[in-house]
Amino acid sequence: MTVAFWILAMLLIASAIFVITAQKPVHSVAGLLAHFLFLAITYFMLSAEFLAVIQLIVYSGAILMLFVFVIALLSSGVMPFSAGPDRLPKIAAPAIVVIAVLLGFVAYAVSREPAVTPTLRGIASGPVGTAGVFGSVADFGHALFTLNLLPFEITAFILMVAVVGVILLAGDQVPYVPTRRRARLVERDMREAIVRAGEE
Amino acid sequence: MNGFLTPQSSIWWMVLIKCAVLLLIVITTFAYAMLAERKVMGWMQLRPGPNRVGPWGLLQPAVDAVKLILKEDLTPKTADPLIYRLAPFISLVTALAVYAVIPFSEPSPGNVWAVGDVNAGILLILAMTSIGVYGISLGGWASGSKYPLLGSVRSTAQLVSYELAMGMSLVGVLILAGTTSLVGIVNSQAKLWFFIPQIVGFIIYVITAVAETNRAPFDLVEADAELVGGFNTEYSGLRFGLFFIAEYINMLTVSCIATLLFLGGWNAVAGLTIVPGIIWFLLKVAFFMFAYIWLRSTFPRIRYDRLMAFGWKVLLPAATLNLIATAAYVAVRG
Repeated sequence: MTVAFWILAMLLIASAIFVITAQKPVHSVAGLLAHFLFLAITYFMLSAEFLAVIQLIVYSGAILMLFVFVIALLSSGVMPFSAGPDRLPKIAAPAIVVIAVLLGFVAYAVSREPAVTPTLRGIASGPVGTAGVFGSVADFGHALFTLNLLPFEITAFILMVAVVGVILLAGDQVPYVPTRRRARLVERDMREAIVRAGEE
Repeated sequence: MNGFLTPQSSIWWMVLIKCAVLLLIVITTFAYAMLAERKVMGWMQLRPGPNRVGPWGLLQPAVDAVKLILKEDLTPKTADPLIYRLAPFISLVTALAVYAVIPFSEPSPGNVWAVGDVNAGILLILAMTSIGVYGISLGGWASGSKYPLLGSVRSTAQLVSYELAMGMSLVGVLILAGTTSLVGIVNSQAKLWFFIPQIVGFIIYVITAVAETNRAPFDLVEADAELVGGFNTEYSGLRFGLFFIAEYINMLTVSCIATLLFLGGWNAVAGLTIVPGIIWFLLKVAFFMFAYIWLRSTFPRIRYDRLMAFGWKVLLPAATLNLIATAAYVAVRG
């Protein structure tokens, strides 16, 4: 176990160094992918199996993929897309109703739980999916959605803010357009730019 | 570590033998799935299909393999050599790794019909398929040419979008079964197969599975008419072959998952328990494989923007609603 840990630690450090020293962004991404895999194996060894699998699905599968996507698009030039009409007023009322219903579900679920949920019942390791075992799916979900519900929701909200921020920052070249008329103007400008790029 | 990576009877050479046998079976299945596709499509289009090599064309896969191996292995001058060579292996290894956790029949004491009967099997499969996308996207990028890049950007967008709806459609089954173990999920379908209570999830899963494996009518990635051959345009010989094998093995994988999660796995049809479970499992998988070929020869390709709109605006909301409804049902009942 100790030997395996040291080998993994060396691999983790080596892949991390490769990520920051690689000349090409795509090589960095490949290094980061290897890093995430080693990290997942480390989690397995610590009996946090669910965390390890989620690490693979979320970080390697989704977030790193986004990096690849951005790198591929950055090296390919113009990305055309139009602002479109503002749909917010139309969908605001149904959205609020849906959110209220969902919050009702959450309140109902939390109300059925005891006031304090134990998050760590000893350090017994065992099969994932069995309740009462460290790192099991059942306990993980239980801890996340009852005792730690507020921090969980706040984290999700912060991530959402980050996404909106990225759109605002990336949209710097295109001026922010609140009205339909100006959206059409921007779209026309972009079409002309694409045609020009095509002629060049 | 108990029970997750280590199977119940974990003598290492037993596991090794199981892996070797399984590898052989999966690769052979790939070869004959390919032949079956060409044959069946031929019949559907009123032509005989491959019928020259061997009796009834049965040796066609062998000659195809020889052809691919003997072909020259080209690497474009503009390619990124490291990533270009790595990409096909990522595709194939992740496609094969999934079979380590798929159970093929009912486990009896001391005898597991899988390399490892793990308790988070379905999650591990999802993790592996999400890593498999890198083979396509990195391969297309590293080719250093225009059409492969377009193909890989398309595929990445398509796979990431449909993966969401796919994951959501599976969670409904997990909630009903109350476990993430594949054996557990199949055992909880002894009375009622999950495709009846989870009919919405089943339909969404089948659609997303076709998109996830880049098969017609969702094969935008390799739209020959507009992208030459998509992400694998620059690949030749055995490296192209690896991508090709990975695609068919992924077809087999999603058929296996659909069988395990929705069609009751090795549970017998109409109480015919005299037929062994493995036969039922293989029959159900074969049914899905046939449906794939059927789809390919029936439907025209969908336009790219419609595909994305369908994934995000129809499938994902439907899967989310299905998930919420299932969760609410289980919460109120239990």
